[in-house]
Amino acid sequence: MNEYNFAYLDEQTKRMIRRAILKGLAVPGYQVPFASREMPMPYGWGTGGVQVSAATLTPDDTLKVIDQGADDTTNAVSIRKFFENTAGVETTEETENATVIQTRHRIPEAKLTEDQILVYQVPIPEPLRFLEPRETETRKMHSLEEYGLMHVKLYEDISQHGAISTSYAYPVKVSGRYVMDPSPIPKFDNPKLEMDAIQLFGAGREQRIYAVPPHTQVVSLDFEDYPFEATKADHPCDLCGAEDSYLDEVIMDDAGNRMFVCSDTDFCRSRRAQGHEGRLSKEGAI
Amino acid sequence: MNAQTQFSGGFKNAPIDAAYAFRAAMTVMARPGVIRLISGTQPPAPLSVAAGTLLLTLCDPDTRVHLAGGLNTDAVRQWLTFHTGAPIAVASEADFAVGTWQALGTLTQYRIGTPEYPDRSATLIVECDDLQQAGAALTGPGIKDTAHLSLPDVPALQANAALYPLGCDFFFTCDDRLAALPRSTLINAEG
Repeated sequence: MNEYNFAYLDEQTKRMIRRAILKGLAVPGYQVPFASREMPMPYGWGTGGVQVSAATLTPDDTLKVIDQGADDTTNAVSIRKFFENTAGVETTEETENATVIQTRHRIPEAKLTEDQILVYQVPIPEPLRFLEPRETETRKMHSLEEYGLMHVKLYEDISQHGAISTSYAYPVKVSGRYVMDPSPIPKFDNPKLEMDAIQLFGAGREQRIYAVPPHTQVVSLDFEDYPFEATKADHPCDLCGAEDSYLDEVIMDDAGNRMFVCSDTDFCRSRRAQGHEGRLSKEGAI
Repeated sequence: MNAQTQFSGGFKNAPIDAAYAFRAAMTVMARPGVIRLISGTQPPAPLSVAAGTLLLTLCDPDTRVHLAGGLNTDAVRQWLTFHTGAPIAVASEADFAVGTWQALGTLTQYRIGTPEYPDRSATLIVECDDLQQAGAALTGPGIKDTAHLSLPDVPALQANAALYPLGCDFFFTCDDRLAALPRSTLINAEG
């Protein structure tokens, strides 16, 4: 007996997580408490997402893990290896070939399909937490659908900055009932929350699981005179030339030179493979 | 019932079989109206393969199970207890209840959660003679335009949906076929 149970977790833990996922799907956007386990990685490294993925994976799945859109960062590589070792599932970097995608802070650029599941790693699941620190109070606010405070916060953004300056973890209302933190995805990704795939959210340290079923209405909170805007850096990608993808800004030297590149590495790579070029793709400096 | 049947009929390879079974259960709960096959266990009659597999996938000593009507037999109780360790409970305290629609009785006796914890509600596993993507029209989360599902009692299920975000959630089982109806789904009897 030197092997792990399939997908690391013991069966009773998986049953507990699975029951939470089902209740989360039945009440979209509501945060279901669950007995989060210690995982062989620190809190803040995706323990919630890992537990949700472990309870969801079957041996037939192909897993993709991204961290801020990238497949090749430490967090993504370690989680991919973790499931290669403990579940024996296939892994991929290609969005189209994945059946389960675990993500930290991005939604892939490629449109997800009915056959895919997107698992988010969530640091702070409670959208009202920075406005009201007491769990007893935020729970009551959700039960009474009392979300005025969130609008006050967005209004204060406007009064201080002239626009809603919240740029990530932008609050949404799910299916006309629960205000939900979509995890710290850029607000550029918010319109993609209405998708064909099942979305599951896992917060390990905070011990919450929530979900958004496919084709569920997800509305970014805003005002009539200050409507929601999905913003991104106003540049094309310097490697693949894409004008419609979310970009990372990379500082190149001490002289202030910088470049913008797609945060979704698989999207950028596949575009370059198709022959698309950006401002810096010919210089050979990258 | 002899010991042989009581101890047999569980998952052959629990981690793998339960993973496939849960994926089917999650898919139907996320997409009301969709029907998936679910198997891996051989429960004692009159429990269906789908209902038995679902119970072994989701139940353990932490969940109270209500066996309604004709399902409350020695054979089913012993089988369920051996394979899950789940305590048998009355309807009003159950986390899971399983039986035919008639046997499950009036929905108001089941837990619907509390305003602060709507997840603390019962999940009903309804054994059906027939399960088809026809009949009542369903709209809501998980459904692109409209879905159809043969439901046993539209007015009672509409009343349950009206309690949203409280209410019970339902699985419908027929042989090895599985469908679901979460409380979030709006039901139109007209079809």
